[in-house]
Amino acid sequence: MAVHSERVQTQSPGSGKAAVASTDEIVASGAGRTPKSGRPAGGPRVPARLTPYLLLLPAVAATVLLLGWPLLKTILVSFQNLNKRQLIQHLTEWNGFENYTEQLGSADFWRITGRTVVFTVVNVVLIMVLGTLVGLLLNRLGKKMRLTLSIALILAWAMPVVAATTVFTWLFDQQFGVVNWFLDKLGWHSMLHYNWTSTQYSTFFVIILLIVWGSIPFVAFNMYAGLTTIPKELYEAARMDGAGSFRVFTSVIVPIMKPFFLATTFLEVIWVFKAFTQVYLINKGGPEDLTRTLPVHAFLEGFGAQRFGAGSAIAVLTIVMLATLMAYYFRIILKQEDEL
Amino acid sequence: MRRSLIGRTWPNAIAVVLFVFFIFPVYWMIATAFKQDSDVISRTPVFLPLNATLEHFDKAVHAENFWTYVSNSLIVTVGAVLGSLVIATLAAFAIARMRFRGRKGFVLVVMAAQMAPWEVMIIAAYLIVRDNDMLNSLVPLTAFYLMMVLPFTIWTLRGFIAAVPKELEESAMVDGCTRTQAFLKVIFPLLAPGLMSTSLFGFITAWNEFPLVNILNKKPDVQTLPLWLSSFQTNFGTDWGATMAASTLFAVPILILFVFLQRKAVGGLTDGAVKG
Repeated sequence: MAVHSERVQTQSPGSGKAAVASTDEIVASGAGRTPKSGRPAGGPRVPARLTPYLLLLPAVAATVLLLGWPLLKTILVSFQNLNKRQLIQHLTEWNGFENYTEQLGSADFWRITGRTVVFTVVNVVLIMVLGTLVGLLLNRLGKKMRLTLSIALILAWAMPVVAATTVFTWLFDQQFGVVNWFLDKLGWHSMLHYNWTSTQYSTFFVIILLIVWGSIPFVAFNMYAGLTTIPKELYEAARMDGAGSFRVFTSVIVPIMKPFFLATTFLEVIWVFKAFTQVYLINKGGPEDLTRTLPVHAFLEGFGAQRFGAGSAIAVLTIVMLATLMAYYFRIILKQEDEL
Repeated sequence: MRRSLIGRTWPNAIAVVLFVFFIFPVYWMIATAFKQDSDVISRTPVFLPLNATLEHFDKAVHAENFWTYVSNSLIVTVGAVLGSLVIATLAAFAIARMRFRGRKGFVLVVMAAQMAPWEVMIIAAYLIVRDNDMLNSLVPLTAFYLMMVLPFTIWTLRGFIAAVPKELEESAMVDGCTRTQAFLKVIFPLLAPGLMSTSLFGFITAWNEFPLVNILNKKPDVQTLPLWLSSFQTNFGTDWGATMAASTLFAVPILILFVFLQRKAVGGLTDGAVKG
């Protein structure tokens, strides 16, 4: 039976070929357990073999049209000279690798790339370390306290990005922001009326706090969910052998949760690397373009400077970097999960 | 093992600090929205809005085109979520229950698509939509949102379908159901929590989307709430009370949905189904 893979047969030895059929409806599903009807199955009819493909057709069509096309278009435009004039007159001017040589030879591009990498690393390290600690804490808390903290985490998690960004702008408002008031009360008087978006670092501080605040809950909940699956006996055994809390963490929790750590780290890297809304809305890449990251750079080159070819080249370069990361991520995932 | 008093206290102390850290921005948004103007811009922040007012909400709701934005957001979001649910259920059933050539490739495409860098494909999306004369329309927006939530929807539904024991489906078919009937009568009802939580996440994604609609729809009558909210700050200058009321109106439906459905989604509906 063409639709059965070997793996399925090994899962349920002896019954791999047994079809669970009512009359002549052949099931393409695997792992039929002992059929109650005991009626031997014939080969699948052509329509049955085609069924999975028909089921996938709408999804594939949507992906090709709505994802494949924009992706292709990005690549095509990156080889074009497409500025305001060409856009209005609907002209197509190919210019070879010019956009790429311009970008790759530009100090700005490399500075922004470096900045994006550092920005990503800082965010992801904070998210993973703090998220893991919060997850461990959730596991240790009593029922009531855990529920209380969970509610706060869920609210931070669910908070829409645009709303969260607006709220953070208000929290860090120069004139009436509660953060400046609080820092002043703590004794840091120069922070009263501090303009957070006036320097590169302070702007990044707000952006990073915003992203980390919103991202920790996901890591923490996953960590906690993972921890609850570790059998108690393992902890007890480790304790009996004289392991302290730290040792239990490194020798019991880390090895078991390693797949989780790897997968989550990569997901966070990819999410933060392409973060746009937070970075853009806090200060539009300012002050003086010093908080531009790659996605914001592509956007501002494209729509701000009306240089769509250059913007697309930056986009393609960003996609290539992300794709490299993803390829690495997939290799790990594929090794871990054979049951895809 | 008994822990010392300190050993039992510090986790709770840290938890309290974390609770404040995570909930404060949300609280501050809602609190500011209810404050009198004088309290919003007072030198010492007012932490409890005791003399609350609905004035800011009134202002936010009566902002120009507010209800247009609300209905646009709902149309686009619901359209995208329902569309992706239908498409994803078909695909998820295929990859969860059938073995066929190209299955693994499809799964990989789904996983990659889930991480698609939409943020940098806006230029291309804009050019495509413009070349087809569909700028300032809800149709391409809905279509793109559908695609944004589709991979995730397929992926999670696959998990939910795989979790329904095959025996249920099989015994339905032994009892004379066709495969389609078995799906509709046995699997589909059991998928309800899965469909709910999946559509919840899709809903949030589409409801939140900002960069694309910001570029595609420049006319107010086809814009959505994220744009309204982001422009609110510009239009109302330093009117933080009204801005926070707008944020609250935008966020609270999502927060409620999330807290409510999060619990519903986690439930072992099929737990006892195979016994006996």
